[in-house]
Amino acid sequence: MSLRKPKEPVSPFIRSGASSRKIMLCVILALLPAAITGCLNYGLSAAALLGVTVGTAALSELLFRAVTRKQQTVQDFSAVVTGLLLGMTLPPDFPLWKAAIGSAFAIIFVKQLFGGIGKNFANPAATAKILLMVLFMDDMTVWRLPLTDSLFTLPDNVQTASAVVTQTPLTGAHATYWDLLLGNTAGNIGETCALGILLGAVFLWLTRISSPVAPLTCIGSFTLLTALGGYDVPAQLLSGGFLLGACFMTADYTTVPVTRGGKCLFGLGCGVLTFLIRHYGGYPEGIPFAIVMMNLLTPYLERFTKPHPFGAAYPVKKKRSVSER
Amino acid sequence: MKRLNGIRLPRKKRTEEKPVKPIPLPERVRIPMLMHSGVPCTPVVSEGDLVTVGQCIGKSENENSVPIHASVSGRVTAVSEYRTITGETVPCVEIRSDGEQLLSDDCNPPKIESREDLIAAAKASGCVGLSGAGDLIFRKLEACKKPKLLIVNAAECEAYLSADSRIMIESPDDVIGGIVMLMKLLKIKETRIGIQTDKPLARKRLTEAAADQKGIQICPLPSVYPQGAEKVLIFHTSGIIVPENQTPADLDILVLNVSTCAFLYRYAQTGIPLIERVVTVDGDPVEKPCNLLVPIGTPVKELLEYAACQTDNMKVLLCGGAMMGSKIDPAEAVVVRQQNGLTALKRVSTLRETPCIRCGRCVDACPMNLMPMDLNSAFLRKDPAALQAGHVGLCMNCGCCSFVCPAHRQLAEKNQQAKKLLQKEGV
Repeated sequence: MSLRKPKEPVSPFIRSGASSRKIMLCVILALLPAAITGCLNYGLSAAALLGVTVGTAALSELLFRAVTRKQQTVQDFSAVVTGLLLGMTLPPDFPLWKAAIGSAFAIIFVKQLFGGIGKNFANPAATAKILLMVLFMDDMTVWRLPLTDSLFTLPDNVQTASAVVTQTPLTGAHATYWDLLLGNTAGNIGETCALGILLGAVFLWLTRISSPVAPLTCIGSFTLLTALGGYDVPAQLLSGGFLLGACFMTADYTTVPVTRGGKCLFGLGCGVLTFLIRHYGGYPEGIPFAIVMMNLLTPYLERFTKPHPFGAAYPVKKKRSVSER
Repeated sequence: MKRLNGIRLPRKKRTEEKPVKPIPLPERVRIPMLMHSGVPCTPVVSEGDLVTVGQCIGKSENENSVPIHASVSGRVTAVSEYRTITGETVPCVEIRSDGEQLLSDDCNPPKIESREDLIAAAKASGCVGLSGAGDLIFRKLEACKKPKLLIVNAAECEAYLSADSRIMIESPDDVIGGIVMLMKLLKIKETRIGIQTDKPLARKRLTEAAADQKGIQICPLPSVYPQGAEKVLIFHTSGIIVPENQTPADLDILVLNVSTCAFLYRYAQTGIPLIERVVTVDGDPVEKPCNLLVPIGTPVKELLEYAACQTDNMKVLLCGGAMMGSKIDPAEAVVVRQQNGLTALKRVSTLRETPCIRCGRCVDACPMNLMPMDLNSAFLRKDPAALQAGHVGLCMNCGCCSFVCPAHRQLAEKNQQAKKLLQKEGV
């Protein structure tokens, strides 16, 4: 049975018209409000950074597929999404060449080496962000107030995440909740404008491009723990990379369970882990770690939450021999 | 009650309000000897014979077949060959119509007083499932020894098709009459008619016709494809789950299509076998979509002409609806007994399959709760164990997964190939 049979159309003869490219373009559209606000706030350097991450991601994908002689996939725009998402999690003055390293790493090592779109086990943008955090911690913690040149860095005495949790409000203690919502504060390019992020996320949910299950359970569990821990809930929610990660990275297709139950558990796990890392971990931001850790669990979450086929017999418990796979 | 998954198809039923019209009598019909799922018949007439309407022209000794009858009166011009939609080559009787439509003397109202009479009548009438599958109704009646529940399929969930709807609207008494007859003869106490909520008029007519009858319940179904699939229909009308590897007959449930019920009733009244049927002709290149009463064996060309189909713009012609129909050759194909529609399409997706992006839409769409993307990758790496574990056998080729797939993967089609692979492996 050859798979390369001549193209004879088969049923169903009508299709929904959805395509991977349209989906990715919608995701890009959804990311734009936050990205554009970031560019307006932090100026040309932010725009250049986004351009570099997007360009490097697309170029890496193009070259990798060409060199390995595989079906070209750059036209589905998924690499652009990865590049854009990564760029949005970086500070506006992050050196361009370092950003390019992150972007290329995301596409080549995290995505393509595992088989490309749909095959990678970890979120490329989140993994690359972790890499950059580990490699270039100093550059990762230099922010700038909007429309100014005044730099803001982590206070020297702050070693753990506990205080930074909220990278942004620390800026001068002047940031109100409104500032956080509108992005009128120092922070990473695409992470400050909470309103823009939510706008994009709601657009994706309403158009049914992504499911709100994981993002909502993630935000929900995080909020609950933050409230129980007695922290400033709105500030925790609106600052740092939490919202961008929760809304977009936990709604990724490839690295999140496809089942509804699996998504739910995935979101819960992300929320809990983010909370723990922010308050007890050693890094100023928890969400990328939480997401990648949960990515590792995805195959298991999916297996345990598989829907029961209609009318199929419930499996009788049988002893499994060790030799059985 | 929990509903099974499905998809919302674009509403394309332009023919819903088009009354059934008889097509002008074709000059020539070609009647294939296989229009049911089973064994083909052997022609019992030969070139030069004169035949009348309703005369038996094909028979088989095999129990998996029903006789085939002439749909026009006239002279047999040839006994040739015909390629069916399943790819089999079977004999076919060509008749040149004399325009008289003389009714055969054999067509007398049968005496139907018992279950056995009913089975015999269903066989003699050449009755097959009229909704597309073409299963043998008399075998279905035989298999269901003591039916407790009759479920009538009036869902008609396919895009474009409205033949069943028109039968319900125009002859609701035949439908209910058939159901009452079946209930009486088979001693069935309860009947449920499953009808999609997007057919308010048909539902109203049936409700009116069934008003005086006891035990007939009309169950509204959501307008979600595929409500007409047997297992989905049974679950949504009665809440009963048909286990894998079992048939509704094993659970004492008899499932019949609404048009089949109406046909059985008419046969009991007139004795005229299955020689004509209602066919919806629609699709985007069709300028005058319509519902036609067509003699079996009429070349589809004549239907296309009648419905003013721009054949130059047509990419594909289908026997049945756009979701589950099969491709036919517009020059050669004829109308067969199980054909509820003739769908012409200007475009078909020939987009290249792109890698699965694990969006999970197929999982959310599958009425059988399968994981089509996992089955697909299991099939591509030829892993019978994984296919078995994923219950690929439950797939009914409704096409929901392929419909929603943004990577344009032929998920449903690959599942059918996977089933064949399992058979070959003997699993």
